[in-house]
Amino acid sequence: MGETQMVTLTIEGRKVSVASGTSILEAAKAAGVLVPHYCYHPGLPVAGVCRMCLVEVEKAPKLAPACASAVAEGQVVHVHSEKALEARKGVLEFLLINHPLDCPICDQAGECELQDYTYREGRSEGRLQEPKRFNPMEDFGGDVLYVTNRCILCTRCVRFMDDVAGEPVLNVSERGDRAIIGKFEGADLTHAWAGNVIDLCPVGALVSKDFLNKARAWELDRTPSICPNCTQGCNSIVETRDNFVVRTRARPNDEVNKYYMCDHGRLNYRWMNEQNRLEAPLVRQGERLVAADWSTAVDHAAKLLNGKRAVVLASPMLSNESLWMLSKLIRKTGGLGLFTVETGPEAPLLGVPDLALRAERAANVRGAEMFGFERSSSPLDGIQSGDVLVIADVGGMPLEIDPSALARASASIVIGTTLPEDARSATVVLPVTNVTEEEGTFTNVHGRVQRYLQARAAPGMARPAWWALGDLLEAMGDAAGYFLASEVFTALAGASPEFAGMSYESLGLKGARLQGSRQPAETTG
Amino acid sequence: MGFPHAIHAREEAVLSRHFGDSNALSLDGWKQRGGYKALEMALGMEPAAIVNVLKESGLRGRGGAGFPTGLKWSFMKPGDGKPHYLCCNADESEPGTFKDREIMRWTPHALIEGCAIGSYAIGAETCFIYIRGEFSEPLRAVGNALGEAYDAGVLGANAMGTGKTVNIYIHKGAGAYICGEETALMNSIEGRRGNPRIKPPFPAVAGLFGQPTTINNVETLAAVPQILVNGAEWYKKFCLSNPKSTGTKLFSVCGNIAKPGNYEVVLGFPFKDFLYEMCGGPLPGRKFKAIVPGGASVPIQTPEEAEATLMDYEGFVAQGSMLGSGGVIVFDDSQCMVKLIGRFARFFAHESCAQCTQCREGTAWVTKILERIEAGGGTMQDLDTLLELSENMTGKTICVLSDSCAAPIVSGIKKFRHEFEAHITGKRCPLRSRSVA
Repeated sequence: MGETQMVTLTIEGRKVSVASGTSILEAAKAAGVLVPHYCYHPGLPVAGVCRMCLVEVEKAPKLAPACASAVAEGQVVHVHSEKALEARKGVLEFLLINHPLDCPICDQAGECELQDYTYREGRSEGRLQEPKRFNPMEDFGGDVLYVTNRCILCTRCVRFMDDVAGEPVLNVSERGDRAIIGKFEGADLTHAWAGNVIDLCPVGALVSKDFLNKARAWELDRTPSICPNCTQGCNSIVETRDNFVVRTRARPNDEVNKYYMCDHGRLNYRWMNEQNRLEAPLVRQGERLVAADWSTAVDHAAKLLNGKRAVVLASPMLSNESLWMLSKLIRKTGGLGLFTVETGPEAPLLGVPDLALRAERAANVRGAEMFGFERSSSPLDGIQSGDVLVIADVGGMPLEIDPSALARASASIVIGTTLPEDARSATVVLPVTNVTEEEGTFTNVHGRVQRYLQARAAPGMARPAWWALGDLLEAMGDAAGYFLASEVFTALAGASPEFAGMSYESLGLKGARLQGSRQPAETTG
Repeated sequence: MGFPHAIHAREEAVLSRHFGDSNALSLDGWKQRGGYKALEMALGMEPAAIVNVLKESGLRGRGGAGFPTGLKWSFMKPGDGKPHYLCCNADESEPGTFKDREIMRWTPHALIEGCAIGSYAIGAETCFIYIRGEFSEPLRAVGNALGEAYDAGVLGANAMGTGKTVNIYIHKGAGAYICGEETALMNSIEGRRGNPRIKPPFPAVAGLFGQPTTINNVETLAAVPQILVNGAEWYKKFCLSNPKSTGTKLFSVCGNIAKPGNYEVVLGFPFKDFLYEMCGGPLPGRKFKAIVPGGASVPIQTPEEAEATLMDYEGFVAQGSMLGSGGVIVFDDSQCMVKLIGRFARFFAHESCAQCTQCREGTAWVTKILERIEAGGGTMQDLDTLLELSENMTGKTICVLSDSCAAPIVSGIKKFRHEFEAHITGKRCPLRSRSVA
């Protein structure tokens, strides 16, 4: 590849320099100007069909579609000139004549680009006197429902299935204003990544069956997160309504998941709202586990561990911070750390290199390995007489506790979100938060360390595991624990050479790769 | 379709000389009439030399756009290491146009020869003739002729024994008007939905299968052999008005006129003489009301404009319309202009590929409005709406189907506003009897 040539042009009075070959639409983005558009999406091939992004280019005879027009040196582009506004007003009117205007019952309302641009640039009233065209809804399979009448035929969904998923299931059927998105005969939208068409749809035509009628867009709180459901670490947005997770969606990150998230990750969120949660620390008194305050429970656990080897069975869904604290406990007691992980079939997204629903269905397998935990299919076999079993479980690990292994241990401590049936013989139980109730970092399959933020309040007295462990280590004679995830991260980064040069701040919301980790294949536009 | 008419004294039968002569259909018959001399000559020439002859002749595309053929061919760079393609656009679907059909019915070898010369001139070894699916007889004629040409070694890996490769294939369309748009045609050949592509890139850069491609109309290619044999000077002399418009052109005439049919005249011929003398003028007791000179996509002319027109690319523009495909549709005073324009719009609404918003929604919407006006339910406001919608449908889409739908509406309202107003104020079509049968 030769050197990139830069082209300088003026958009809405702002000078901007971009690489030659860039579209006017992307150049405008770089200049901080949004050109309204529907069919254009940076992750999909250019279609140039909605004609919404028409802009005026000085000296050009016709308005130019900004998505399909390359920049030229010295160009002067007007996005909001009268001519361009008139043209876009015309497009909006055409798009709305057959649209049912059923915003009050549409899931997309509030996050709908048809609404947004109509408010900004559209006509205030319609001129169509004839009846609107009608087409019935169709179940596209998977999680996708097609509300035909709302469709603007931008073909983003068709292009996603053709060019990104590599499984052409959708097409444009019929011609003229009878045209609709159709499904090839016998095919269904059951591809593992098909749910992305819902995110891609700029209007309410493709909606999620799972989210149907659950909440209005403006009622949702949105939190940047990392999908915990496999080792890929897709960047996600956790959407909550009144402390319930009601939807998770992809958050763009070119280095990891582009704009996408698989259906498994997207729909596997109900466990985040589990109602059978531990809400207070529990300490065994004879036959019963009795609620206690944190210091009582932590002191009790510290006593149990005194002079004993801790055999830690850790969930690979724990944060780097919590796993690091556990590794400190293991070192201190001369114990060992083990993990198991749930698995399932791998499902790649063909159009994006190094992106797949990974076989290992937990977010931080890489982190667990990095902090010295060993993968084991029978983790309890290593328990020797007198050991203390520590089960740190926030999900993602199949847990079958053999009573005989438990009997060998002198005591068991559960640091968990729930107390599973076969762990009820625990001596001390410490309630901790799940991924949506704390902040922290995960390390993905490619060694990328990424932060997630807290999306909902923790139940009862539950604390992040790293916090509970800090207190426990303090009770066992270590220095004082931590109050912030960032403090734990700073400490672990200082102690682990792979994290050299990283700070919690610099990770930002896009993350950073570990020292010496494999770089995912270069992607080309 | 009846037998072609006897050639009128003022016609210049270059392409249509053998129309109706069934002996011209066979390879032997065609050779007896001077066929394949041009191809033999061409295969012995440098491709660039052929292109120069075409440039010199002034031949312009006969499909509607009128782009200079030699210039188009010169965009192709033989020897650039890429496969080149020639496409022949035989998807003649423009309402009122049936000239290519006659060329293929009667002189299929003229087309094949033109295709072979064109392929060689642009460095293509493969040519696709995309024939409209409804054209059963032309398909048969060109198919037979192609078989003969291959059997006789005119085409193939050793065309006419020169060692050069020229392969021609027929691709049958499936009934979509839009597949006559050059890039939609290419998508259709590739097996995709016939949607026009965004330009640039133009076909000469990335056309069929992403390779450099030239696409020409049937009439254009059929004229090539004669130009090559008789020389550019000979062809250039066919010019009655503007020197930028040379050669002869077939006009298909239909509608309310005494002698409909295909007529070949030298460009620049007076349209008035053409309509009244050659085509016999209006039917007895009738007057011309409107003339669509170049297929349904061009603006409508009034009889006054038509009578002042010289029939070439510039002449039609000067009188408010376009030469287009040469499909002359004539309407007399028994016809309702609102109904006619509504019918045109319905055609475009039916044929819109549905890609661009303005076209998909606009063509259907204007049809609804026009049909409501025709039925007596229109308002004066509708006329403004129609003009505004037409403006929004013009010059804003990938191809010109949307523009083509708007052109007759705008010209119709401008030139026949009184008829629209009569429908609106009278709440019915003034030409229709009040009693419903």
